[in-house]
Amino acid sequence: MSDFETVAATEDQAARRGVSGEPATPDRIGAPQRARSLAGDAWRDLRRNPIFWVSLALVVLAAAMAAVPSLFTANDPRDCLLSRQHAAPSGGAIFGYDFQGCDVYARAVYGTRASLLVGALAALATGVIALIVGMLAGYFGGWVDAVLSRVIDIVLGIPLLLAAIVLLKRLSTSSDNVRLFAVIFVLAVLGWTTAARVIRSSVITAKEQDYVSAARMLGARNGRIMWRHILPNALAPAIVVLTIALGSFIAAEATLSFLGIGLKAPTISWGQDIDTGRIHMREAATPLIVPSAFLALTVLAFIMLGDAIRDAFDPKLR
Amino acid sequence: MTAPASSTKVRGETILSVDNVVKHFPISRGVLFQKQIGAVKAVDGVSFELRRGETLGVVGESGCGKSTLARLLMRLETPTSGRATLEGRDLFKASGSELRRLRRNMQMVMQDPYTSLNPRMTVGDIIGEPFVIHPEAAPKGSRQRRVQELLDVVGLNPEHINRYPHQFSGGQRQRIGIARALALRPEVIVCDEPVSALDVSIQAQVINLLEQLQDEFGLSYIFIAHDLSVVRHISDRVAVMYLGKIVEIGTEEEIYERATHPYTQALLSAVPVPDPDAREERAIIRLTGDVPSPADPPSGCRFRTRCWKAQEVCATQEPHTVLRAADPHPSACHFAEVRPGA
Amino acid sequence: MTQSAVRPTPASPTPPGGHLLEVRDLHVEFRTTEGVARVINGVTYHLDAGETLAVLGESGSGKSVTAQAIMGILDTPPAHVRSGQILYQGRDLLTHSEEQRRQVRGKEIAMIFQDALSALNPVFPVGWQIGETLRQREGMSRADARRRAVELMDLVKIPAAAKRLGDYPHQFSGGMRQRVMIAMALALDPKVLIADEPTTALDVTVQAQIMDLLADLRRDLNMAMILITHDLGVVAGVADRIAVMYAGRIVEHADVRSLYRAPAHPYTKGLLESIPRLDVRGQALSTIKGLPPNLMRIPSGCPFHPRCPYVQQVCVDVVPHDLVLGDGRTSACHFAQEVRDDSAR
Repeated sequence: MSDFETVAATEDQAARRGVSGEPATPDRIGAPQRARSLAGDAWRDLRRNPIFWVSLALVVLAAAMAAVPSLFTANDPRDCLLSRQHAAPSGGAIFGYDFQGCDVYARAVYGTRASLLVGALAALATGVIALIVGMLAGYFGGWVDAVLSRVIDIVLGIPLLLAAIVLLKRLSTSSDNVRLFAVIFVLAVLGWTTAARVIRSSVITAKEQDYVSAARMLGARNGRIMWRHILPNALAPAIVVLTIALGSFIAAEATLSFLGIGLKAPTISWGQDIDTGRIHMREAATPLIVPSAFLALTVLAFIMLGDAIRDAFDPKLR
Repeated sequence: MTAPASSTKVRGETILSVDNVVKHFPISRGVLFQKQIGAVKAVDGVSFELRRGETLGVVGESGCGKSTLARLLMRLETPTSGRATLEGRDLFKASGSELRRLRRNMQMVMQDPYTSLNPRMTVGDIIGEPFVIHPEAAPKGSRQRRVQELLDVVGLNPEHINRYPHQFSGGQRQRIGIARALALRPEVIVCDEPVSALDVSIQAQVINLLEQLQDEFGLSYIFIAHDLSVVRHISDRVAVMYLGKIVEIGTEEEIYERATHPYTQALLSAVPVPDPDAREERAIIRLTGDVPSPADPPSGCRFRTRCWKAQEVCATQEPHTVLRAADPHPSACHFAEVRPGA
Repeated sequence: MTQSAVRPTPASPTPPGGHLLEVRDLHVEFRTTEGVARVINGVTYHLDAGETLAVLGESGSGKSVTAQAIMGILDTPPAHVRSGQILYQGRDLLTHSEEQRRQVRGKEIAMIFQDALSALNPVFPVGWQIGETLRQREGMSRADARRRAVELMDLVKIPAAAKRLGDYPHQFSGGMRQRVMIAMALALDPKVLIADEPTTALDVTVQAQIMDLLADLRRDLNMAMILITHDLGVVAGVADRIAVMYAGRIVEHADVRSLYRAPAHPYTKGLLESIPRLDVRGQALSTIKGLPPNLMRIPSGCPFHPRCPYVQQVCVDVVPHDLVLGDGRTSACHFAQEVRDDSAR
């Protein structure tokens, strides 16, 4: 219940119309007003949300590390000396050295690029595929839905690792960039199904709402109904699924790299470091903890950002 | 607001004509290879005429097909067969831009004020959407002013265009829905249970608003409701539906004072009257049993399974909705008669 | 419909041994993150054996919350009983332990709800659901519980009860489901039945059947009933007394006949004038202006004053007490006498 209901108020409005209507309420924002949009309102809301700024700062920081890692460390992550194996912090190596004698911090900084690219691009690609498939299946229903839903079932039935091995094996001799995009491709192609299902079911819910009927009765075309009425109301759960997926893609990259079919040296990624760190965990924990912390913070930042954006686009929470 | 175009047109002439409209929803099994195993006969041969400036009430219990009828007229569902014309133009054959043009003349106010407004749009966007879809209805620069006029017309504060639906009460939201329906200056408005979701003290406000708008804009209403008292209050003529058919249709007085169909009589007698004295004078007809499934309606007269007058002929021969000797208005009963003392 | 010739008046003297059920000055609030909503603000009513009290109000008036407080099924948090007493056979239920309250629930006071479909478990047959209470609470054997379930289904006039025992809730129509729920409520033979909007979701013809059934049951089982509704029509047929609620208070309390003939509170009067009547032609509908108040900011003085046509300065300043009118009815209005005289005209 919000405050508008109470106000004993300017009833001149209703009185003038001869309708003894419900009291109009004094405006909280003050006249005169321009028409506003949902996006504008969401932005006004986000601007005042500290969680939004904190998570945004973390995401920007991660992006900066990915773009210009040399800004954050002077050391070369590939400058490894076995004589420094598990050595204590010294110089720029604030977290010491790992099993191979490489600078743990520098490797984490340089690993950001590959990990972030894999996570963000795979999540983005997943989102696009899921949105198209989920929207079409949910909105049109019938045989379109029947076909697309079976496709989802089939893709869901493919074991990720097995498919990845088959797809990536032949690329084992290709260049670093090709391998990077191949990993993104494999994760996106196999990882969109959950999000597509979520979107499909929320589209079906939104489609049944009376406001969609109202728009149709006004003569709105399918494109408008999907874009203005269904998408904004179906997106919230998808944002949550995708931000969580982003984290799991970064982790999946680690698994693939561990199996030797993902990224390979000289490409540096958190996934590879976490795996090597895990093996030598008993001798030294920092080579495991540092890339894990980077990973956790990044994922957390994206999830918080997703949450804040989702809330901002829900007028009921305003 | 300027006077609508309809004011020059003759009051009382037929504006909407509905002829033998049928809607069967197929019941099917299977996902990819569907097989029809039956049909829900939601609307099964409904005919009526709506005159300019009048209110036609449609009453019936849940499952009688009254809401499906509304959705058919609004082209949200495709009819199985039948014909409907709005000002002489075929409503069911129109498509594309012709249908969009027709829609400008006919709009609907829906039952649930909570689901009928998009929660992520401002009131200004909701009431302005008709103008975006039909840009010819209002030039871009004048839209905001038009939206504010509409808010004023339905008794809301025009300054509230930037609010979201959840910031309004149920009655206020229903007014927003009415403003949206009015935006394109339609001639016919279908009201599907427009007050049944509202609190008692708010219902009267919305009913009065609808009546006032009718006078102001010369609107014709199809007023669908299960509340017989509300329908009597607002309607000029009333159609009573049972299992997909109109069983009786006539003026408000003919239906409420001289009903000849047993179902109408039972329905009227079951309405609780808020007056303990009047109540004791009323003889109440108690129907037994439930409404049969519209997927498998009884043969002959559909009401016969619950009717105290039922005879052989009711099972074999379907009574048509025609004028009866008992009272000169159409009634679908072989034994139509005015109930004494009713 | 049969109705007792002698109707007790609201101020009927306390029978020896006290009232069967009595709510005294109950205050309930909902504590939410947005603030405290004062949902019930000093509700007092009573119920004697065999009578029907209708509690009438719109959404947010507190009519259902009072019933939930009696049943002890308030969701806490957010709901908190701030003060007051709920006396059942003289004992204050609010001081009981949860275990003691469970004993009262169902066995002494039972409740039925508006939405029978969601009140029944979709995955169990109705016979099993009716019998469950009997097995749990009375320790009946499966066969006995089954036999009793058939009896109960007969009692609520479900045709071919024995055959339908194994059917699932979705196989019943709305009216039949409501009967199943009534049968479940009657399983432990309660002395008080609280019916919360029992017919709101039903069609008129079915609604009439259910109201008949409730009236018959009350008479045959000598049960007391609290009928919670927003429908002035439904009330007129079955209730002995009516308590009208607004903003968590009882604003008017009277026997049915005098309330309908001459309401003594402007809110009741406004409600009666704003509903279209089936038996009246060409009626002009007057309206109650405005909206029910936000319970987090209830207006000062009389909570109805912003919407009231009789409003004076005193209404803004002073909370009106229950004014006892000559014929044993009460109205919480400074101008109760005047309103009643206006209505009677």
